Amino acid sequence: MEIPKSFLGYKRENKRAGTRNHVIILPVDDISNACAEAVANNIKGTIALPHSYGRLQFGADLELHFRTMIGTGKNPNVAAVIVIGIEPKWTKRIVDAIAKTGKPVEGFSIEGVGDIDTIAKVSKKAQEFSMWASEKQREECPLSDLWISVKCGESDTTSGLASNPTVGNLMDKLEPLGVHLCFGETSELTGAEQVCEKRGKTPAAQEKFKKTWNAYNDFILKEATDDLSESQPTAGNIAGGLTTIEEKAFGNFQKIGSRQFIDVLEPAEEPQKGAGLYFMDTSSAAAECVTLQAAGGFNIHLFPTGQGNIIGNPIEPVIKLTANPLTAKNMSEHVDVDVSKILSREMNLDQAGDELIKSTIRVANGRLTCAEALGHKEFVMTKLYRSA
Amino acid sequence: MTTTDIIIHDEKDNVGVVVIEKITPNQECNCWIMENDKSSTIMSKNEIPLGHKIAMIDLNEGDTILKYGHDIGKVVKSIKKGEHVHVHNVKTKKW
Repeated sequence: MEIPKSFLGYKRENKRAGTRNHVIILPVDDISNACAEAVANNIKGTIALPHSYGRLQFGADLELHFRTMIGTGKNPNVAAVIVIGIEPKWTKRIVDAIAKTGKPVEGFSIEGVGDIDTIAKVSKKAQEFSMWASEKQREECPLSDLWISVKCGESDTTSGLASNPTVGNLMDKLEPLGVHLCFGETSELTGAEQVCEKRGKTPAAQEKFKKTWNAYNDFILKEATDDLSESQPTAGNIAGGLTTIEEKAFGNFQKIGSRQFIDVLEPAEEPQKGAGLYFMDTSSAAAECVTLQAAGGFNIHLFPTGQGNIIGNPIEPVIKLTANPLTAKNMSEHVDVDVSKILSREMNLDQAGDELIKSTIRVANGRLTCAEALGHKEFVMTKLYRSA
Repeated sequence: MTTTDIIIHDEKDNVGVVVIEKITPNQECNCWIMENDKSSTIMSKNEIPLGHKIAMIDLNEGDTILKYGHDIGKVVKSIKKGEHVHVHNVKTKKW
């Protein structure tokens, strides 16, 4: 198949391109959720991104909170941003960082004003942003404007056999075209960590991966009551035939095809080394991982599933594929790409990879994903440790 | 082409994955090895559902299970060729 050279995206002020055109109402903290949701309810064409944190966090955990907030606002799938926090200081820090992209952004704080007057004031600004964004048109963008993140979930053995290698096939075909790629799931590489480390393109990348995985493993050994055997593999994984975390890890690892990663990113960190594959240190919980990758600037997500994970994200479209024929049949409303014919050998990996590329470009052009049509908007902040 | 009942990733692997809805005891199953495109057959001993693994050889306690050509765990209860391989007879080596 000849791979299309372009897609129709929204060109942003900072030269990135979006596959979506969202106007988001971003609460800085848990207690500003009500206000953000009221505004999004008032003004059509906006979405609120409620979450559970943002108070009394400190140190690396607070920095991650800011990085996730700011990165979400900066994501090219977002046309304009309203930030609402209880206090002005943290709100301003987020607004100022998002403003560097050149996109419209405005911050509001509730303290001393109250919800009702804040909602009225913010709604006026949100209306202005929504109507402004509604005039943005899709334009032809080079394929290299796609930043593709990947993460699998509710995996079973069909994931490692077929749907993950399909994603790997797409990576092998798209990386040479200058696309940014990202995989994560530090915990779910356990058992394959030494093999993964060797996929670092440079000794520095390998060393960084080793350090990241070791830090994770030390944390597990220190914090866990026994080990991960109660949660890794999950009950769903075991029902699907996965026996050990090593088996799950080698299946997971098929998603990067034969690529090498050029750098290791902190959670929610934006890549700085140009096009190519990155590893991001993330949890393996689906919504947490995708939220972090979206905050890193990725604008389209590929999600292979075996037993049928149903996750979506509010700003980054999540394309699901499965090779499990039962999942494809029984959960068809969640499956964007059915590659189960690989198992019956009516389709090979090369063909499946091409199908996935076609679907990715259709979604990049604006076709709704199953998760979008079903209203999945899981926005889940990663928290490193308890608040003060 | 005959139906493929079991797919094996790598030539070195000692387990295969059931890719039809289920195989029944004493079923003559067609196996396909992805890595080298070779085919073989095996007689099943248990009912094994889609996605679950079958032992391609006799395995003893302490043996290593190979899948994707890699070590994915150890045998904790001996397994006969054609039997179901899962959490009841294989454990991680991590913990």
